[in-house]
Amino acid sequence: MSTNRKYELVYIVSPESTDAHVAELHTQVEGIVGRLGGTIEKNEPWGRRKLAYEIGKAKEGIYVLTVIRGGGDVMKEIDRRFKVTDTIIRHLIVRVDEDESVIERVRTKRTEESRRRRIARGLPPDRQPGEGQQPDRDDDDRDDRFEGVEV
Amino acid sequence: MAFGQKRTSGPGSRGRGAAGAAGAEKGARRPMFRRRKVCKFCADKIDDINYKDVKLLAPFVPERAKVLPRRISGTCAMHQRKLRTAIMRARHLALLPYVTD
Repeated sequence: MSTNRKYELVYIVSPESTDAHVAELHTQVEGIVGRLGGTIEKNEPWGRRKLAYEIGKAKEGIYVLTVIRGGGDVMKEIDRRFKVTDTIIRHLIVRVDEDESVIERVRTKRTEESRRRRIARGLPPDRQPGEGQQPDRDDDDRDDRFEGVEV
Repeated sequence: MAFGQKRTSGPGSRGRGAAGAAGAEKGARRPMFRRRKVCKFCADKIDDINYKDVKLLAPFVPERAKVLPRRISGTCAMHQRKLRTAIMRARHLALLPYVTD
């Protein structure tokens, strides 16, 4: 397929469903993906999890994460099917390939930058064990330690 | 780079008025001491703010389940945007609440 995008699909199956039903839903997804020329990269059932709020009458749900590679039509079809499936109480489709490449770029850039700087300072490119925070600040009153997210 | 960028912004002006009124009686000379706020994601080098990572998001959704504003958390603009999308996705999946009562 010309389109090779990566999507994450998370869906919540209603808590009354049996394991067999969850497996059946997975085969349905597999079927759609296979038919429209995509591939399943990962299938990760999270299992039963308490919901942060009630959806309908459900207080908990069975979460499943599936990573799919393929075109937009695959996800469109899955979305359509999931909307009409009553046992799926919620689902989310997110395209992740672009974000992942950005993250990857940021990471490599950062490590390269730090290596370059360390070499410029006459240090080995990678941080040595036991080496702590770099003493590159001019104030020493220790009040600027990261303070978490207290309010 | 990560350090020092917040230097000019200094301690937040939050609560200045109330603190000033209270401090007027006992030594208003002493400057209000505030720790400088640093963006958690910049400081810890967290590139990926993922909606599946509830542990990461939870501190930014305090008890009323609203998104913690930047002026309080000190998160930088870029990361606050990413955080917001992540929280909205997590809410949709009932990993985080929309409201608590």
